[in-house]
Amino acid sequence: MPNASDRPRRVTIDRDGPIVVEGPVEVVLEDGSVVTSQRFAAAICTCRRSRTYPWCDTSHRRRTSRARGEPQQPCPRSDGAPE
Amino acid sequence: MTTSQEGPVLSPREERRRLVQSLRRRPAGTVLPQPRGALSASVIPALQGAAHPLPGHADVARADPYGEDLQLALYILYEMHYRGFEGVDDHLEWNAGLLGLRGILEDRFLTALRKDTPHGRSVDDALADLLVEPVGDDGTSVTHFLRNEGQLWHLREYAAVRSLYHLKEADPHAWVIPRLRGRAKAAMVAVEYDEFGAGHAEDIHAQLFADLMADLGLDTTYGHYVDVAPAEGLATVNLMSLFGLHRVLRGALVGHFAFVEVTSSPGSRRLAEAMRRTGAGPAAERFYAEHVEADAVHEQVVRHEVIGGLLADEPALAPDVAFGVEATGVLEERLGNRLLGAWRDNRTALRTPLPDLSSS
Repeated sequence: MPNASDRPRRVTIDRDGPIVVEGPVEVVLEDGSVVTSQRFAAAICTCRRSRTYPWCDTSHRRRTSRARGEPQQPCPRSDGAPE
Repeated sequence: MTTSQEGPVLSPREERRRLVQSLRRRPAGTVLPQPRGALSASVIPALQGAAHPLPGHADVARADPYGEDLQLALYILYEMHYRGFEGVDDHLEWNAGLLGLRGILEDRFLTALRKDTPHGRSVDDALADLLVEPVGDDGTSVTHFLRNEGQLWHLREYAAVRSLYHLKEADPHAWVIPRLRGRAKAAMVAVEYDEFGAGHAEDIHAQLFADLMADLGLDTTYGHYVDVAPAEGLATVNLMSLFGLHRVLRGALVGHFAFVEVTSSPGSRRLAEAMRRTGAGPAAERFYAEHVEADAVHEQVVRHEVIGGLLADEPALAPDVAFGVEATGVLEERLGNRLLGAWRDNRTALRTPLPDLSSS
């Protein structure tokens, strides 16, 4: 929250998910364009699969056949690296 | 008020004054629904002030806990805690007899849910199922069906049923706020603030849904579609009212909220695609597009801060949180089966079909 406290802005990292940044936040993209989120927190995509990049759209989730009781099969990809 | 057809000719100003007055007199509440069996047929006259005997344990024990009659009776009693009904005395919200009946109905519903959900699973296990996405359409997902083959009439039926939930979106979750502390409370309020439009009435998610309904040619009046909604739809709303109204079920309420936020983002993307493909309209598309991004954030905050904070505070609530997740899943699956079962047979999933777009 803006001016909510003097402590540094918190950024939360999740190995298998987005980076969550206290909002509002501006993100400068590679082409120099700037996008803004006014939310109290923004989830920034790190898997590069999001169709609403740079915002997370949960595309990082593992994909699996839905049949109950079957082991979850992560889809093949290079250890979390951007594709 | 009776008006005579041969009344005096009114000046335009007087006519307008009377119109404004009559609009102001329009009640904010919903019209009481039509009964669906003995239980709901007893509740309705009792709310209308008739000295009507209320059902007891034996009557409730005979009813299907997920059936039309019990779910409607419960829905009506819960509605007294939200906005009430036209012509019903608001004081009846705290009528001891009606609350007693509500408790009996809740016991029956809750007992069935406990029986139908797995026992002894951890919160992480309960959520893990939701954090994977099916590869393609496995035939059980309503949002996959709507994205791939949904027609406008499917989307209208879906929105009519879901309106009971979305027009009170986030409302029962606000009841948990005084029961939380510290991290869990701060995070829950932050997500709720987002749900309630972050200070802007036009951005309240329930309002965005009303805009979607207007795009689909539906009546946006609160509670308008209760009579056409099947029990499976009522049950999903009753669940959050049940969890929201009971402090003892605060863990389950948080679990319910987590289920909704975790599953919303990918489901909303499919629904946004369905709305776009069928040309439903900009507001219809916007509602789900907004939820893709908002709920990707909410999921993180609810899992890590609300659940994390609550369980750091009250670790004994873990089984309740897991139960809240699982019970929501059970009822969503029942609703999905009802919708897809009907639509695959090319018939309405509602109790009575909606009027055609052209005639509504």
